[in-house]
Amino acid sequence: MTAADSGDAAEAVEEQTDEQPDEATGAVAAEAAPPKRDLAQLWVCGFLAVLGVLVIVDASRLGGFSASNDPIGPKPVPIILGILLFAVAAFYALNVLRGGHGEDEGANANERFDLKTVGLLCAVFIANALLIDWLGWVISGSLLFWGAAVVLGSRRYFLTLAAAVVLGLATFYGFAIGLGLGLPAGVLQGIL
Amino acid sequence: MDNLNSLLDGFAAILTPGNLLIALLGVTIGTAVGMLPGLGTAMAIALLLPITYGMEPTQAFIMFGGIFYGGMYGGSTTAILLNTPGQSSSVVTVLEGFKMARNGRGGQALATAAIGSFIAGTIATIALVFVTPITVQFAIGLGAPEYLAIMVLALVATASVLGSSRIRGFASLLVGLVIGTIGIDAVTGQQRLTYGVPELASGIDIVIVAVGAFAVGEALWTAARRKNGGDEIIPVGRVWMGRSDWRRSWGPWLRGSALGFPFGAVPAGGAEVPTFLSYVTERRLSKHKKEFGNGAIEGVAGPEAANNASAAGTLVPMLALGLPCNATAAVMLAAFQTYGIQPGPLLFEKESALVWTLIAGLFVGNAMLLVLNMPLIPLWVKLLRIPKPYLFAGILFFATMGAYATSGQSFELFVLLALGLIGLAMRRFGIPMLPMIVGVILGPMAERQARMALQLSGGEASGLLGGPVAWTVYGVIALIALWPLVSLIRRRLTRDRTGDRDAVAA
Repeated sequence: MTAADSGDAAEAVEEQTDEQPDEATGAVAAEAAPPKRDLAQLWVCGFLAVLGVLVIVDASRLGGFSASNDPIGPKPVPIILGILLFAVAAFYALNVLRGGHGEDEGANANERFDLKTVGLLCAVFIANALLIDWLGWVISGSLLFWGAAVVLGSRRYFLTLAAAVVLGLATFYGFAIGLGLGLPAGVLQGIL
Repeated sequence: MDNLNSLLDGFAAILTPGNLLIALLGVTIGTAVGMLPGLGTAMAIALLLPITYGMEPTQAFIMFGGIFYGGMYGGSTTAILLNTPGQSSSVVTVLEGFKMARNGRGGQALATAAIGSFIAGTIATIALVFVTPITVQFAIGLGAPEYLAIMVLALVATASVLGSSRIRGFASLLVGLVIGTIGIDAVTGQQRLTYGVPELASGIDIVIVAVGAFAVGEALWTAARRKNGGDEIIPVGRVWMGRSDWRRSWGPWLRGSALGFPFGAVPAGGAEVPTFLSYVTERRLSKHKKEFGNGAIEGVAGPEAANNASAAGTLVPMLALGLPCNATAAVMLAAFQTYGIQPGPLLFEKESALVWTLIAGLFVGNAMLLVLNMPLIPLWVKLLRIPKPYLFAGILFFATMGAYATSGQSFELFVLLALGLIGLAMRRFGIPMLPMIVGVILGPMAERQARMALQLSGGEASGLLGGPVAWTVYGVIALIALWPLVSLIRRRLTRDRTGDRDAVAA
């Protein structure tokens, strides 16, 4: 690499340590070898644009009153944010189309993304969120731990369950009763 | 020498059995999370925050300080023995450290990292004692426009200087700013971005954001890449240093400390740049240049010292100005806010005892870490054998518990999951997390300062610009914003030259 003409020490190290080059040098490398574009990143741009719409729509519904003690009111900040969101979404999309990558230099783009496991983990999480008020922390929390461990690959079901129950009870007694943390007892109210 | 007296009072406050125990707990947790890949000190503090609601703020902060310093020690161990940097600040340690471990000098690498961290931590904490009050003196004269400018600087700098892609930094920052806007507007009482959901009226707690992005996001990310087979762990051996190791280490330690502290103290200076600089410096100065790349001890000693010193440096803007410059400082700032304490110049007046006890706690924690870690590193390494399913199930468990406890509503858990999914996406697409967290914290504060500035000027836009201090800060922001143009031009020139040379070669 001949780019090391500058005395910029940090840059010199970057090359040495195989640190990823930043966007612009990435683009230079990309010209040499056609990049594998990671078009899934366009979802992020879409998300930012949708967020921009939500922010602007909400801001436009705000009453635009201003008082002497608050000359600009609550409106300008969301509007600025909305505009910036659109701008960033557009530049982001442009960057993606030109083969831009994130911090990991797109290393994760080729990795298998295990949607099934993520989905199952989310399901376990949502189950806990729905059940916690009714069943109480000890039961729903134990189920959460057990479910998450199994989804993530634990195959010793009973040992995991035992660990889960111990954790549930220990945190309830230690934190809810000991430190006054607001955890629900649920159906076990009066028993614990 | 008021400050030294206050510091002595701080030491007196911390040297009680209860507080020492809490400091010990903090450094232990910190070392553990620092070692385990995928966990970090920011996550640990965020997870512990709801649990510490019942504690005295002083004790909570002694613990957080311990975690903060402990994480730095733990990170180096993973870098040296596992070839995986626990945090971006230990990327450089991997270069020489892992090579040393492969050559059977893992013990020496760990020793120089631990002693170097101790020395750098001590020097930097002493520097903190002297620099922070000066910064406070300066900050106390600042008004709303100046604060606004400094906050905008911190926001722009975290988004654009750190990380490899500016556009992704800004995307992250904007998401954070939007999250920060949700809820009732403090001045007019109007609901913003709640879309009629009553639970959102009080806004999204920063703890939920941090726990969601760091803890739940990491758990989901692990699920997404469920890999079989663990990493290979190199046996440590005895942690000690020979005479030549000492001779070769002390210079890098001191230079690393000197590089690290100022970078940490500047908004968005970070720990990455000083570790790189320290590595390059040591390579240039070393008498053993050939060893670099094959396990040179200087290449571990310098960067490890730099990264610890910069960690202490980040506490200067956090305590003196209320500005968070790394993820851990951001979460600690959130912790101050949950206790109803507003960091900033007045902190030293109003909460003097708390601050000085926290600083004394850093000294004590740092010393504890050295004593604990030198002999115990082989034991710590066993932590790496915890199976991933249990580790991340446990993290989800505690994340859920903490999030629920912030308000006692299961609605928080859905917000937590949503933020976890955002965190997952950010990991998948290589978007930096820090700008979002800083945006959530600083966004509302910056807006308040802006509206205050306009209020003081009676609505005149000039009130936003303030005086010379603010102008200077805006100048720096402009410089940061325009920097890519400069480097683009430089690269164009370089590329032309390379192109010519290639043409000649062809």
